[in-house]
Amino acid sequence: MDLAETEEEREFRAGLRAWLAKTLPELPPRPSPDDWPGRRAYDLGWQRRLYDAGYAGLHWPAAAGGRGAGPARHLAFLEEAERAGAPYVGANFVGLLHAGPTIAAEGTPAQRARWLPPVLRGEEVWCQGFSEPGAGSDLASLRTRAVRDGDAYVVTGSKVWTSHAEIADWCELLVRTGPDAPRHRGLTWLAMPMDAPGVTVRPLRTLAGSAEFAEVFLDGVRVPVAYRVGAEDDGWRVTMTTLSFERGTAFAGEVVACRRTLGALARAARANGRWDDTVLRRRLGRLAAEFAALWRLTQWNVSAAERTGGVPGAGGSVFKLAYSQARQELYDAAAEVLGADALALEEEWVRERLSSLSYTIAAGTSQIQHTIVAERILGLPKGR
Amino acid sequence: MDFQPTQEQEDLRAGVRALLSRRFGREALRAAVDRAEAGGAGGVDRGLWRELGGAGFFALRLPEADGGVGLGLAEAVLVFEEAGRALLPGPLVATHLAAGRVEGAADGTAVVTAFDLGDRPAAAAGPPGRLVAHLAEADAVLGAGAGGCTEAPAALLPAARPVPSADPLTPLHRVPPPGPGPDARLRDEGALLTAALQLGSALRTVELAVRYAAQREQFGRPIGAFQAVQHLCSGMLVRAEVARTAVYAAAVCADAADRAGAAGAAGAAGFGAAVAAEIAGAKLLADRAAAANARDCLQVHGGMGFTWEADVHLHLKRAWVRAEQWRTAAAAEEALAAELLADAQERGREGASYARDGSL
Ligand SMILES: Cc1cc2nc3c(=O)[nH]c(=O)nc-3n(C[C@H](O)[C@H](O)[C@H](O)COP(=O)(O)OP(=O)(O)OC[C@H]3O[C@@H](n4cnc5c(N)ncnc54)[C@H](O)[C@@H]3O)c2cc1C
Repeated sequence: MDLAETEEEREFRAGLRAWLAKTLPELPPRPSPDDWPGRRAYDLGWQRRLYDAGYAGLHWPAAAGGRGAGPARHLAFLEEAERAGAPYVGANFVGLLHAGPTIAAEGTPAQRARWLPPVLRGEEVWCQGFSEPGAGSDLASLRTRAVRDGDAYVVTGSKVWTSHAEIADWCELLVRTGPDAPRHRGLTWLAMPMDAPGVTVRPLRTLAGSAEFAEVFLDGVRVPVAYRVGAEDDGWRVTMTTLSFERGTAFAGEVVACRRTLGALARAARANGRWDDTVLRRRLGRLAAEFAALWRLTQWNVSAAERTGGVPGAGGSVFKLAYSQARQELYDAAAEVLGADALALEEEWVRERLSSLSYTIAAGTSQIQHTIVAERILGLPKGR
Repeated sequence: MDFQPTQEQEDLRAGVRALLSRRFGREALRAAVDRAEAGGAGGVDRGLWRELGGAGFFALRLPEADGGVGLGLAEAVLVFEEAGRALLPGPLVATHLAAGRVEGAADGTAVVTAFDLGDRPAAAAGPPGRLVAHLAEADAVLGAGAGGCTEAPAALLPAARPVPSADPLTPLHRVPPPGPGPDARLRDEGALLTAALQLGSALRTVELAVRYAAQREQFGRPIGAFQAVQHLCSGMLVRAEVARTAVYAAAVCADAADRAGAAGAAGAAGFGAAVAAEIAGAKLLADRAAAANARDCLQVHGGMGFTWEADVHLHLKRAWVRAEQWRTAAAAEEALAAELLADAQERGREGASYARDGSL
């Protein structure tokens, strides 16, 4: 049991720190949240800088164009980047954190060569087309159909809550190919170009007022069979890989961001006198313990995955449950620090507080995570 | 970084688990409770104490040159986790801390308790004096007398008054305020080892709840197939896992801090602020996990959970005792808040030049 860094890791960290200190002041100003083309350009620009400096795809296997670094280096990267206030992965989230790793694990060499380098170089953006109006928690009940026609699948149906659909080039799309098979058996994982004829994106306004996600309508879209990852009708298994990345490691960087926010909250409370409120102060102290432990839990889960071959296990659900709740509590505490100012939408923390309401829903609701933990980790009898 | 236990650590854990299940299984636990209820001693079995001593439980961190095992806090928390799982009674933490300071502590021939309840001398309100656990059974008290070292209970007992205890296996006395109490270093170590006991209890109650939920049938199926019950159980695991990583990480960091500054290890000043904060967080989260898990475990057991026969109440009562030992939630949260602010102000200066978003 250790958390020690090797000499090499310390050097890596020092080099990264120096690079961040030099690079971050050179970045252009951040675009406004509603400026979608601006956000895409900004996020891809940041990814490109990472790529040029050799920091892209640190934890991806070398065969996938990554640097095959161990988990310690990957976590050190997230930690340092967040500490320095570097941009968040943003539009690159799906590509870097779950579609990419899925293709790296399940794709053919040709597929890896086609899709992975542009993600790392900051040239292409991915989105995730899993959920449908009638299939959220019950993902396996999805109805979007894909019918084989020569060397292509013809896809018809619709997806919803598709984050970043407006600016995405590719979509990791889950479709039904075997309508007569048991529901988990007839699904297939496809990479769909978002500019294919028949794809219509209609932005959906979130409760935060922005258009973070969209409805996506698919009307006879032709997706080449070569764009299928994994076997036909074997998409559920591939999807489980995607979800384990999504829940297992994708939020690691955000824990550091939360700790940073918590520190800023303490400073703000000190400045406006709220720090003298014992109840609030103790609450912030408790949150400090939570986020410190969540970072440790990340290290724990990542080192456990490392011992068993790299794909995070159901431990990701344990993490997600604790993290999503702590993050919502963080912004509630922020509102207490701000007092009435917490009603003014110009405050970053207020917008974050609204966004944080999604954390117990997106990427599988807390109820679904609880059931996964109960049945897959604790081995309780299957419920209905 | 390999945060998972090594094979040696797993073996150590397995060894302690085997010893405890042989010597302090469920029957022994219930027999101890029965004896205590009948007015007997408060749960320290001297024979078992010596056996634990023989197995290195107390001398685990004493240097080999001094007759110890020469291991660190990382190993100690694994061992204490097992003791917490078994609900082993007695002043385990204080005796472990006394190894090398009080004769007989290291080999388990002495029982040492400590002034570890509450964070500071009792406030003016309430009955005078402070509570001490296991006073009548102890050979020495850590943190009493001049210099905060040790004192024979014989000197304290005449002025001490026995008070009924919430936990049948943790007898209590109220005594006039003694000396300054254990030093910062002992408090940190005591808090961490107590957190490890809490962790063991928290993990154990998850197992008890899951086992009961899989067996007990209502409405023609195991209650564990009902989501309301499943979600209680998974919430318990989440609390325990969060506490587990906090406890292990604090131990690993404390060991690393000791290795980095070997000279400071023997000092009374305690660990540095960062490690002290990790320990405070570990104690806070482990206290919560132990108490809340015992409650939820009781809920899963239904009416059976409210009986004296079920072990759940023993876990809950002990969790309450431990939550008051070495560092309370209030003190931990204040310490964490202070460290958060100090750290944030430090970092604020450092990061101000390229902070993102105006609010940071
Ligand atoms: C901000 C945001 C971004 C998203 N981005 C994407 C994206 O990019 N791509 C994508 O594919 N999807 C995305 N989603 C969709 C997300 O995955 C689903 O919203 C989520 O899985 C829940 O499905 P649902 O909304 O249909 O809720 P429902 O499944 O209808 O659930 C409603 C309520 O019922 C509960 N419930 C449902 N089934 C059970 C059960 N078996 N046991 C207990 N309780 C149950 C749920 O916990 C919830 O409280 C996003 C969602 C949000 C909020």
